[in-house]
Amino acid sequence: MERKSPKIEGVDVTVTPLPGLGTQQEFTTGSGRRIGVITHRDGRIELIVSDAQDPDKICAATELTGEETSTLANLLGAPQLVGKLTEQQREVTGVTTWQLPLVPGSPYDGRTLGETEMRTRTSVSIVAVIRDGSVHPSPRPDFVFAGEDLVVMVGTAEGLRAASEILENG
Amino acid sequence: MQHTATALIELGAVFFGLGVLGRLAWRIGLSPIPLYLLGGLAFGQGGLVPLTGIEPFTELASEIGVVLLLLLLGLEYSASELVTGLRRSWTAGLIDAVLNAAPGALVALLLGWGPTAALVLAGVTYISSSGIIAKVLADLGRLGNRETPVVLSVLVFEDLAMAVYLPILTALLAGVGIMGGLGTVGISVLVISLVLVLALRYGRYVSAVVDSPDPEVFLLRLLGAALLVAGVAARLQVSAAVGAFLLGIAISGSTATNASRILSPLRDLFAAVFFVVFGLNTDPSAIPPVLPFALLLVVMTTTTKFLTGWVAAARQGIRRMGRARAGAALIARGEFSIVIAGLAVGSGAVPGQLAALSTTYVLLMAVIGPVAARVVEPVAHRVVNTVAGSRS
Repeated sequence: MERKSPKIEGVDVTVTPLPGLGTQQEFTTGSGRRIGVITHRDGRIELIVSDAQDPDKICAATELTGEETSTLANLLGAPQLVGKLTEQQREVTGVTTWQLPLVPGSPYDGRTLGETEMRTRTSVSIVAVIRDGSVHPSPRPDFVFAGEDLVVMVGTAEGLRAASEILENG
Repeated sequence: MQHTATALIELGAVFFGLGVLGRLAWRIGLSPIPLYLLGGLAFGQGGLVPLTGIEPFTELASEIGVVLLLLLLGLEYSASELVTGLRRSWTAGLIDAVLNAAPGALVALLLGWGPTAALVLAGVTYISSSGIIAKVLADLGRLGNRETPVVLSVLVFEDLAMAVYLPILTALLAGVGIMGGLGTVGISVLVISLVLVLALRYGRYVSAVVDSPDPEVFLLRLLGAALLVAGVAARLQVSAAVGAFLLGIAISGSTATNASRILSPLRDLFAAVFFVVFGLNTDPSAIPPVLPFALLLVVMTTTTKFLTGWVAAARQGIRRMGRARAGAALIARGEFSIVIAGLAVGSGAVPGQLAALSTTYVLLMAVIGPVAARVVEPVAHRVVNTVAGSRS
């Protein structure tokens, strides 16, 4: 059982060979549960989460396809992006970042970003749109919104409230 | 012509029957090996439906079955995994060997079968079934569990132990005697080290001999190389099984992975024939007299394997429930116990009852193993609760 521990952004990742089967990479969360990935010899990838009572045991394991893996990575990575943006905006007093859902059936469901005239009406900037777990950074005015998009916006609190009103009611 | 037709019908019926049995076995979460053995017992001498006319084929097919079983055992772990496994788990491996070989040896001596039979039965009770265990761990979703690497490293050690054990066994079965036996120990350890070094340093050259991007060519080369090496090894009195096993270790990297994938169905086919033939050659009427001893072995070696897993897991700082899971997972015996018994019975150097004892033992252990792995958690919980209840 060779255990190597490369550090990824301050988290200890343990690599354990599973002889005859593949490799397991995992880390332990602050709450004491192990989360990891088993890469089988034939390339199959399995996501594992350890049991809350018995950390030695796995309570959930599911096989993921290549596409599913990248979707999951994006889903988990998106809030990171918003977090980083918030961090960057913190310097500028009074400016914050919001992440708002575009509900299906919103007046802008199926219309372009340009049509919202967001910047003119509220001075809020739309910096990214997250759709199906993948991030579309700096969307252009011809970007077409769809229901369940997550719209990441930067602006003043007042402007953002107005912007959310616009996205919801037009 | 008439003869061929009968042979085809009989073979077809046997394979189809095995297929139905195999499906049934995995449905209820068991290994098909005990059912194959039972199938063999039913068809064989003194059985329900004696088969005639297909012996020349089944005998050769069962030999090929052994060669493929051992070749794939060798392919299962890469040379580097074997070396790391040896370095990390030799204490657990030694505990495993001592605890689980002893009951077999003791029972053989108790029955007055002599030292060679004792060595054979020690091997039968020692070696866990990596096939059954890997399948059960995957089915139960335990691959990510912390005790699983411990279980696997014990299996890796057993794999290496086989590489030393089989040549010694072959030499003793051929009647070399104790001193000659010690000589073969030296030679086999030397050969294993050589093969490991060869596989680690020059594995890609060995792999290159058999490798081919075309699956058809690859399969033919692999099978050809395996049978050639096995045949030459048998000629040199080293046993075909050992030759195939060493070839498996020497083939490495992606070639090994591809080889296991491409050969697995073939192995399953020929190994099934091997189990049936072993069952065929076992006289069912020889079973009742050895049954008490088989049961004794079952009780002893279930306990010793459980202890092995428990201790090995404890050494890695795993909690009690995980230790229990590791212990239960290791209990299954199967294909390699039958291979060892088959080598011995085939040589004629051991009493025929050994076949009956081994068949009965493996029949039971191949069923008990997966069941134990499944029920260990509820049982352990109940034990813990009872203990806690009686204390309060």
